[in-house]
Amino acid sequence: MRIKLKVNGKTVEAEVAPRISLADFLRDTLRLTGTHLGCEHGVCGACTVIVDGAAVRACLMLAVQAHGEQIVTVEGLSNDDALSPLQACFRKHHALQCGFCTPGMITTAHALLTEEPDADADRVREVLSGNICRCTGYIPIIEAVLEARAHYADQDAPP
Amino acid sequence: MKFPDFDYACPKSLDEALGLLRLHGDDAVLLAGGQSLMPLLAFRLAAPGLLVDLKDVPGLGDIGIDGGGVRLGAFVRWCEIDRNAGLAAAHPLLVEAIGHVAHYQIRNRGTVGGSLAYGDPAAEMPGIAVTCDGEIIVMGESGERRVAAADFFLGALTTCLRPGEIITGLHLPPWPAGRRWAFEEFARRRGDFALAGTALYYDLDSQGRATDAHIGVIGAADRPMRLAQAERMINGSTVNADAIAAAAEAASREVDPMEDFHAPTAYRRALVETLVARALTRAAG
Ligand SMILES: Cc1cc2nc3c(=O)[nH]c(=O)nc-3n(C[C@H](O)[C@H](O)[C@H](O)COP(=O)(O)OP(=O)(O)OC[C@H]3O[C@@H](n4cnc5c(N)ncnc54)[C@H](O)[C@@H]3O)c2cc1C
Ligand code: FES
Ligand code: FES
Repeated sequence: MRIKLKVNGKTVEAEVAPRISLADFLRDTLRLTGTHLGCEHGVCGACTVIVDGAAVRACLMLAVQAHGEQIVTVEGLSNDDALSPLQACFRKHHALQCGFCTPGMITTAHALLTEEPDADADRVREVLSGNICRCTGYIPIIEAVLEARAHYADQDAPP
Repeated sequence: MKFPDFDYACPKSLDEALGLLRLHGDDAVLLAGGQSLMPLLAFRLAAPGLLVDLKDVPGLGDIGIDGGGVRLGAFVRWCEIDRNAGLAAAHPLLVEAIGHVAHYQIRNRGTVGGSLAYGDPAAEMPGIAVTCDGEIIVMGESGERRVAAADFFLGALTTCLRPGEIITGLHLPPWPAGRRWAFEEFARRRGDFALAGTALYYDLDSQGRATDAHIGVIGAADRPMRLAQAERMINGSTVNADAIAAAAEAASREVDPMEDFHAPTAYRRALVETLVARALTRAAG
């Protein structure tokens, strides 16, 4: 099927088989391999991307369902070679080790803070509870996201 | 973990969707949020020839609140229940229970109709529908029918939906002011399916005694169910520590929990007793 969508601000048109997940489309067709696949059945959160402003599991959505939508992946949240404020907070707090879960953590946190810049520690914990990290023990990730709130409160949706 | 091959259709009306189901019969499966169906396909537990996506069917996404109660369209997503300003007053038990469904990203996709149709015995939405005398609104080739939630769930992942039918919504009766209620569940991780849970409410008569008690449980049998014996312990009595203990004990005897990887039967039975006691204590307090 022919689909047309926006990925990280760029219009993309492609021919895609209905069975291809949005995650596989992003990784294999567009070569945006920042979106990671851990479980491929909705439990780990590594594949989180932002569809029309909402964080979703890209392994549970079909590429054909993304026709006409605006997709933001972790690549779309970077700042060329400079770190975005959220990334800088992750670095400062050692919120990643192997980095496998990080794209899902960044996209989830970005969607959350864009919508709720005043999210408290409980809310951040609750939201990130859907993303599995096997390395950090979560505490540094939560600290990073809490510190990043200031940047989202100041301006409208920074990168 | 890749999906089997299938075709995809995105009908623009309910009639068109019904037509596709009629044309393709068993080979067609409805797709709503995909948060239960897609894992099933990834595990190759189903291999339909056609997915019929309901996302562009108009009129399924509304939340209605009026004197007649609450109506949730089948395509209402979990996140929309959180965001709706009127629901917390119109049906607080619904809002609290749905707060326990799944994780952030899944809540942005999963729908009321998908959960009802899937019929997971531990799912919150079917539990609320059964506890609160809900009615499930179903559209088929021969028109609309309304099924009491109590008759809708036949067993684990089994409902009375007939081939070719589409759930269009759920109706919950009005919620009187002053009603006592609580929801409690236990899951290994917030957002995971509950090992067991309870939703309950009762009203108070002029003497302060409980009437019309509804005590429902999830994860405690092959489908959500109400506990008639536990309700009997509460109806007509002052909800004090003795009544609560008696009702919780009755509840643990009345349920029929399954044994699985996560917990043995005895554990779930004990959990039901604890959760019903906790919920009644909160409701009374
Ligand atoms: C990691 C994870 C954790 C979860 N935790 C929970 C939890 O704690 N509690 C909980 O309740 N759920 C949980 N879920 C499931 C989630 O809530 C699903 O969204 C929900 O069960 C199904 O809704 P859906 O819209 O995604 O349906 P889909 O997955 O699209 O469909 C499910 C089934 O319903 C059928 N269907 C869909 N819509 C209709 C309709 N209108 N009429 C007739 N048939 C229809 C489909 O054909 C399919 O068979 C979890 C899911 C995941 C992946
Ligand atoms: S890969 Fe999508 S949730 Fe794990
Ligand atoms: S940093 Fe390794 S899984 Fe999170």
